[in-house]
Amino acid sequence: MRRIERDEIVSVSFELNGKRAAGTAQPRTLLSDFLRQTLGATGTHVGCEHGVCGCCTVMIDGVACRSCLTLAVQVEGRRVETVESLAGDEDRLNALQRAFNKHHALQCGFCTPGILMSFTDYLGRNPKPSEDEVREVLGGHICRCTGYAGLVAAVLDAAREMRGETEPEGEPHAA
Amino acid sequence: MKPKSFAYVRPDSVEEAVDLLAQHGEDARIIAGGQSLMAMLNLRLVEPSILVDISQLKELSEIGVRDGAVEVGASVTQARLLAWPELKARAPFIALALPWVGHFQTRNRGTVCGSIAHADPSSELPLSLRLLGGEVVLRSKKGSRKVKAEAFQQGLLTTARRPDELITAVRFPVGVGAEGAGFREVARRHGDFAIVAVGAVKVAGSIRVAVGGVADRPGLLELPAGGSEAERRQAIEDFAWELGGYDDIHASARYRRDLVRRLAPIIISEAA
Ligand SMILES: Cc1cc2nc3c(=O)[nH]c(=O)nc-3n(C[C@@H](O)[C@H](O)[C@H](O)COP(=O)(O)OP(=O)(O)OC[C@H]3O[C@@H](n4cnc5c(N)ncnc54)[C@H](O)[C@@H]3O)c2cc1C
Ligand code: FES
Ligand code: FES
Repeated sequence: MRRIERDEIVSVSFELNGKRAAGTAQPRTLLSDFLRQTLGATGTHVGCEHGVCGCCTVMIDGVACRSCLTLAVQVEGRRVETVESLAGDEDRLNALQRAFNKHHALQCGFCTPGILMSFTDYLGRNPKPSEDEVREVLGGHICRCTGYAGLVAAVLDAAREMRGETEPEGEPHAA
Repeated sequence: MKPKSFAYVRPDSVEEAVDLLAQHGEDARIIAGGQSLMAMLNLRLVEPSILVDISQLKELSEIGVRDGAVEVGASVTQARLLAWPELKARAPFIALALPWVGHFQTRNRGTVCGSIAHADPSSELPLSLRLLGGEVVLRSKKGSRKVKAEAFQQGLLTTARRPDELITAVRFPVGVGAEGAGFREVARRHGDFAIVAVGAVKVAGSIRVAVGGVADRPGLLELPAGGSEAERRQAIEDFAWELGGYDDIHASARYRRDLVRRLAPIIISEAA
């Protein structure tokens, strides 16, 4: 049994983007704050802190979920991936990120890290999603800038590229 | 929007978990998926002194068929039940309703039992449990008991669970809905909480209808086989008034009742 007293400060260690990470937290410290404030991993954004906006989405043990609804002490010994894990060496964007760029799937970029992490998980499970399925996953995010059309186009295009298929005829913006 | 301080405990067994509940009673809160509780903590709507984390308890992680019911353990997420290969065959109604519970991202963490424990009047899973005539398995230091859905949910976020009890599993009777089932809800977006949700199953010729989002808990209507169209319409009308409804920023009570009148006939014909 693991027990941490109220206001007790403990060291939390886990795997962050493939490397060991550790920092101190109280039981009430949210994972989102722990990542940003303690570890300086500010790629993960924070909007609503009640699970609705989706910009804090990260993957825990490979599964996309809200870091604002997770306690830092809950990830002890587990594997966390954030948006910082996506680009390869020398910040070469991955296929999903390139598609976001190409289809103008972001403007201010506030919502982007969470959406990228949701689809990193989702496309791993469903490499050939329909437009409806993409929209349904997007339903777990709020984007105030793009109007979503570019996001849908980007995800469908990235899925195609990840399957090794070529681009269909027509406008890259069509959603 | 940060929680107040609390102690955090991650027990290694159900026994340790119920010991903690016996010791701390109402000052303790179980945390399962955290998809409702964490928001309430962040908003300081609840201020427990100790959180008991059961989300990783292996003992509670099973989905199986036991004594005529699909039994879902308390650490099973909604996503895991949805991906269970036997779901459609064993619990066809759950297969219809579950994709409406929140979003992909919240189903990844939110548990089936946690939703039933939380007892939101518009939630799909408590409605499902009521419609199918399921039950909740509770355990405390004193022993274990089963409570039928109709007795479990008592009102808005209120259930028959005693402060020293842990929900270890919920049970959905196998095959109810195999003869016919329908489910639909109206929400502002897919994944948002329902304004009104309606489910129906055909059971031995008669039709059972459950409605969420109108009263303070899911309501149930039994329609006998072979009634006339007019009788059916009257029964739905009476049912809508009986449910009452409430006004909030999303909808008025009147609009909710109207949704019941409009949705119920559609869902009934899907189930019939
Ligand atoms: C953006 C968003 C949208 C959502 N939309 C919907 C929706 O459309 N429909 C819907 O139904 N839900 C929705 N939810 C809530 C749903 O995701 C939760 O999963 C569910 O209500 C609670 O399950 P949980 O495992 O997360 O429980 P928790 O949040 O961990 O707990 C909820 C409550 O139940 C108690 N509890 C949990 N497990 C047990 C147990 N085993 N024994 C005793 N008590 C227990 C806790 O103490 C707490 O009081 C939404 C949530 C979010 C964040
Ligand atoms: S900050 Fe986590 S969902 Fe909005
Ligand atoms: S790009 Fe600005 S909120 Fe989505």
